[in-house]
Amino acid sequence: MKDLVIIGGGPAGLSAGLYASRMGIDTTIYEKLSPGGQITLSSEIENYPGVCDVKSGLELMQCWPKQAEKFGCKIESSEVKSIKKVENYFEIELFDKTIQSLSVIVATGASPKRAGFENEEEFIGKGISTCAVCDGFFYRNQEVAVVGGGDTALEEALYLSGIASKVYLIHRRDKFRASPATVKRVLENDKIEILYNSKVKKVYGEQFVDGIIISQENREIDLKVPGVFVFVGNSKNTEVLKNEDGFICEMCDDGSVMVDLNMKTSLAGLYAVGDIRKDAAKQVVCAAADGAVAALQAVKYVDEIKNS
Amino acid sequence: MGKYVELNNANFAETIKNNNVVMVDFWAPWCGPCRMIAPVIEELAEDYEGKAVVAKVNTDEAPEVAGQFGIRSIPTVLFFKNGELVDQMIGAAPKANYAAKLDALLG
Repeated sequence: MKDLVIIGGGPAGLSAGLYASRMGIDTTIYEKLSPGGQITLSSEIENYPGVCDVKSGLELMQCWPKQAEKFGCKIESSEVKSIKKVENYFEIELFDKTIQSLSVIVATGASPKRAGFENEEEFIGKGISTCAVCDGFFYRNQEVAVVGGGDTALEEALYLSGIASKVYLIHRRDKFRASPATVKRVLENDKIEILYNSKVKKVYGEQFVDGIIISQENREIDLKVPGVFVFVGNSKNTEVLKNEDGFICEMCDDGSVMVDLNMKTSLAGLYAVGDIRKDAAKQVVCAAADGAVAALQAVKYVDEIKNS
Repeated sequence: MGKYVELNNANFAETIKNNNVVMVDFWAPWCGPCRMIAPVIEELAEDYEGKAVVAKVNTDEAPEVAGQFGIRSIPTVLFFKNGELVDQMIGAAPKANYAAKLDALLG
């Protein structure tokens, strides 16, 4: 029987692992790929407090696993299929075995959402991308389109403007909801052309993307671009909390996990942290803080069970 | 101990032709998800030693090979059997998903 199992090895999970193992409880993180999380898709992080150099997400996350392992946290590469509470412990079904733990912190994060235009799914990896830092390189000196109007869309448009010959930023509203500092940089960048009040209707091409059709109020525009980067928000990875009877803990209407300020879910011993939880700010620093809060709670909870 | 094979323009065609089942991971050093599956690729190389060839192409150093297969997104993993491209996976996935494809091809 383990004391604590953490599902997911992004900033929230790794921070929880660091705190819990440092406080002396037996802690294992299960990550389906290897640690780092969604932030490793980002080209630039300049707002993680205390880290003054601008780093890529990959660089920022580099030493987090080592820091957790230093205190005895185990990090395993395995996908968790489901969680079930039995009496006062949890049964966690992994790909190849089932393990038991007194407490569980779910830190499974989120995945990039689809924009929902025609042929989007078929062209993923064939011209449609959700990672500018990964795939921008394939469009050197070519024209690309970026879809979205939030911080991620604008930051990645700026990143791509350093590689592509031109970036069309396609936004469905007439204003951006990104932070003013980022909006200003985008407006001042002469390689970025903004198309406001525009929606992507469809992407077309034979084997690879040849272009997109954009619809505006009174007209359609055919934009011949080989690359389309989609940044329209995230959907939460909550499948692990689902079983045949529905979710094992209370959920919010928007699909996030209901938690209190201690990251406790409605099920004792189960915590949810980072991007999957209610009202998540979707910032690395917030995810890390959630992980620490939940770890402190889990340590207390495990102690109580062991001493009762 | 099994290790993955580094492929480039010089040895790609030959490796694909002379082996029954070959899995090729197209990656680049700056790509987060590529780094995240790197340990998985290494494990697969060991697990399938003697059965299938597990290989990697650094798209930064061998853009010709990436271009030949129209790679536009990384990581992309291509599966070859008897010299023919038979399957592909785009984006990072858990180890079991790659193993399942290899098992299917090995029959």
